[in-house]
Amino acid sequence: MKFDNIIIGGGLSGLTCGIKLAEQGRKCAIVSSGQSAIHFFSGSFDLLGQVNGEEVSHPIEAIKNLADTHPYQRVGIENIGRLAEEAPQLLNRAGLKFCGKADQNHFVLTPMGVMKPSWLTLDDFTCFDQKHSFPWKKVLILNFSGFLDFHTLFVKDGLKKFEVDSQIKNIAMKAFEAIRKNPSEMRSTNIAKVFDKGDVLDEFVKKANLLSEGFEVIILPSVFGLFNKKVVDELKAKVNKPVVLVPAIPPSVPGIRSQMLLSRRFQELGGTFFMGDNVEEGYFENNRLMDIRTNNHGDIKLEADAFILASGSFYSKGIVATHDKLYEPIFGLDIDGDTDRSQWLDEKFFKDQPYMHFGVKADSNFRALMKGQAIENLYVAGSVLGGANALKEGSGAGISLLTSLHVVEQILK
Amino acid sequence: MMKKEIFEPFNISDNNFEQCVKCTICTVYCPVLEVNPDYPGPKQSGPDGERLRLKDPGFYDEALKLCLNCKRCEVACPHGVKIGDIIQMARIKHSKKKPKFRDMILANTDIVGSMASTFAPLVNPMVALKPVRRIMDGVLKIDHHRIFPKYAGMRFETWYRRYAAKKQMDFKKHVSYFHGCYVNYNFPQQGKDLIKIMNAAGYGVHLLEKEKCCGVALISNGLIKQATKQARHNVEAFKKSIIDKKMPVISTSSTCIFTIRDEYPHLLGVENNEIRDESELATRFLFRLVDSGKLKLVFKKNYKKRIAYHTPCHMEKLGWSIYSTSLLRMIPGVDFVSLESRCCGIAGTYGFKKENYETSQGVGKPLFDQIDSSDVDFVATDCETCKWQIEMSTSRSVQHPISILAEALDVEATMKLWQNESAEISL
Ligand SMILES: Cc1cc2nc3c(=O)[nH]c(=O)nc-3n(C[C@H](O)[C@H](O)[C@H](O)COP(=O)(O)OP(=O)(O)OC[C@H]3O[C@@H](n4cnc5c(N)ncnc54)[C@H](O)[C@@H]3O)c2cc1C
Ligand code: SF4
Ligand code: SF4
Repeated sequence: MKFDNIIIGGGLSGLTCGIKLAEQGRKCAIVSSGQSAIHFFSGSFDLLGQVNGEEVSHPIEAIKNLADTHPYQRVGIENIGRLAEEAPQLLNRAGLKFCGKADQNHFVLTPMGVMKPSWLTLDDFTCFDQKHSFPWKKVLILNFSGFLDFHTLFVKDGLKKFEVDSQIKNIAMKAFEAIRKNPSEMRSTNIAKVFDKGDVLDEFVKKANLLSEGFEVIILPSVFGLFNKKVVDELKAKVNKPVVLVPAIPPSVPGIRSQMLLSRRFQELGGTFFMGDNVEEGYFENNRLMDIRTNNHGDIKLEADAFILASGSFYSKGIVATHDKLYEPIFGLDIDGDTDRSQWLDEKFFKDQPYMHFGVKADSNFRALMKGQAIENLYVAGSVLGGANALKEGSGAGISLLTSLHVVEQILK
Repeated sequence: MMKKEIFEPFNISDNNFEQCVKCTICTVYCPVLEVNPDYPGPKQSGPDGERLRLKDPGFYDEALKLCLNCKRCEVACPHGVKIGDIIQMARIKHSKKKPKFRDMILANTDIVGSMASTFAPLVNPMVALKPVRRIMDGVLKIDHHRIFPKYAGMRFETWYRRYAAKKQMDFKKHVSYFHGCYVNYNFPQQGKDLIKIMNAAGYGVHLLEKEKCCGVALISNGLIKQATKQARHNVEAFKKSIIDKKMPVISTSSTCIFTIRDEYPHLLGVENNEIRDESELATRFLFRLVDSGKLKLVFKKNYKKRIAYHTPCHMEKLGWSIYSTSLLRMIPGVDFVSLESRCCGIAGTYGFKKENYETSQGVGKPLFDQIDSSDVDFVATDCETCKWQIEMSTSRSVQHPISILAEALDVEATMKLWQNESAEISL
């Protein structure tokens, strides 16, 4: 089966590549063994939040201070600004709406009650421009009875530092009794599904309005609008105080909605999404990847002129560590990382862990290396690339988006 | 050829519930959970419940019978947990509910089918009668909204032996055809269409040495012993074709082929290693020939239709709808509309049961709405029960991709291409 381009992995990187290539008229396929890390997204897409332990306010400028091996440096300072403009536009066309810009971080209120810098935040949430203050003084933190994935006390404690007086209240509703019966099912997505159906929002709003008398603002967990984003807009329109949503413990409702919008956009552009299929191996000839074999398609190989590996990091098994080995499981590509296991971990847990920088080795054009040789038509994008501790420095989505856009430019050249 | 390192996670259990990281992604994609709050959902019914059931089978919850076995949870799970299999195995192992008389009737598609097709002129009008449907509803708890598929007067097998068998020897290449109950008893035309296309492609089509119903309805209705017996029988019949006669087996029913390839080993413990790779859907078989340049299909110039394709759940799990849709897109006069992949809600015999009617229609509603607003001539799909459901619940009729190809194909022009070629080769 022949495509112009095949992308391995359907996370933020794979989808970004697929959408951009399809927008340029390429016949593309994405093969993904399962759903991706976007399902756990907070709702904020980070570009760069921290360098050498210092918080960043101007990410584009701060990128210059990163190591040469960092994916941003390898994309090139001269390209980053342009690609960082392009990324939100691409996501916009898929229906994702944001606040925020690349030359100046804004702040979002985290579930821990602190202000965290970010680049693009979905418009479910509220963007703040101050780290050390909160615009309201009398705050109601509202939760659903039985919902354990939103730690109201953390938020309350965090807000104390801003000299905010907050109070916690719970709402019980009949509509949630069925899912509450089983505490492990009282999760954000299941609550969101009830609201999606449309008939309980009004009852909720009525209660929230009553409870919020005497407060200036309501803080709520982000459990609105899984399949239907309108629920969020309606909530904000109907509640008679400003509403600040805060991410709950994953799975993330806005994250999953984003995943669905992106895959829909890719398919509407004519892309083929092979969901639930695993790429098992590849066939190489003269330093080119000729075709790949997948679990579902077996002897019917998938061929393409160019391939992109966007199979994610450890979590998605884009790279795998066993007790004695670190490897890339599909093709056995070269790995950027220490072969000596004793060097993987820093025993201080909160330190920048070496293994978080591990990934697939690529040449300056982001082509994968195998036994030191670049594979001419196999590119690498997203978190499967090494060179950064995305969690520590707050650069996860940024690396995925910008390396993906850059790789696509190499392919389109 | 580069060989990758096979990463095989270690499991202590027979299934792989230990791989679950409790991310709850599967619950987002379960169509039943969306409409029926009584269903505990894939995570709870599958890996979470399994942990408890291992300790004490008393934790088994009869609500697991609400699972459609659509496997959409498995397709979504990032950790490859075989959620659907875990749930079905739990039902097989622990369910105390004996299958009802009604379930036996619904499950024994071949016995009931052979009786009904013998009396087709009687049975068809009868099950269509309002009072009869009321009785079926009241006594048997088969929902009265359901329209039973009509039974054909002459079974496909009889037709084949009388009118088609002899001609098949004229071909150099051969396949066996697992027609399934639906083609045999309800809709022989689909089998005839298959033979038309395969013959046009240069293949003789043969029946297996006595095929039995694949057993999917027996499994879902808890008649496991009988299902296992039929599975063993079929695997032997497939072996005779695939190994002894070197004839691959193709089918037009996505559910039959999915059951034979995956449910036999996973749920019934019937090994099928030797036959699995060469048991497949006709559209996949044809696609491979076209894709590798071994076959060229010529289509009629005057065929013009706007067609929407519905992906049945088991096609979603197999990942094979691309074969059917690619073939349909090859027809020059087809204006192709793809529908968002969603469960239609019928799940074989599930939707026929009165107690499931509401869930079944609720699950299917988003699909029905898509179809009704798509302005197509008809819908294409590879599954016969999806066909019943869509025809009952929307304004559109449904055709099998093979039947569409058969209608659009210019048989003579297609045959000429390979006949010329083989003439050239033999020169
Ligand atoms: C839990 C979590 C939360 C995060 N939250 C945030 C956040 O709030 N903000 C932020 O900016 N960043 C966040 N990040 C970081 C960011 O999500 C990632 O950097 C980014 O999403 C990675 O995208 P990706 O496409 O490279 O990889 P992934 O999203 O991991 O996708 C890889 C895909 O490849 C597939 N795959 C792997 N192997 C195969 C194979 N052999 N065949 C077929 N498919 C295969 C996987 O199934 C998966 O779907 C988070 C990361 C994690 C893990
Ligand atoms: S999606 Fe898979 S890993 Fe996640 S909860 Fe469901 S079964 Fe467990
Ligand atoms: S098989 Fe289908 S109905 Fe059953 S739990 Fe999974 S998604 Fe739900």
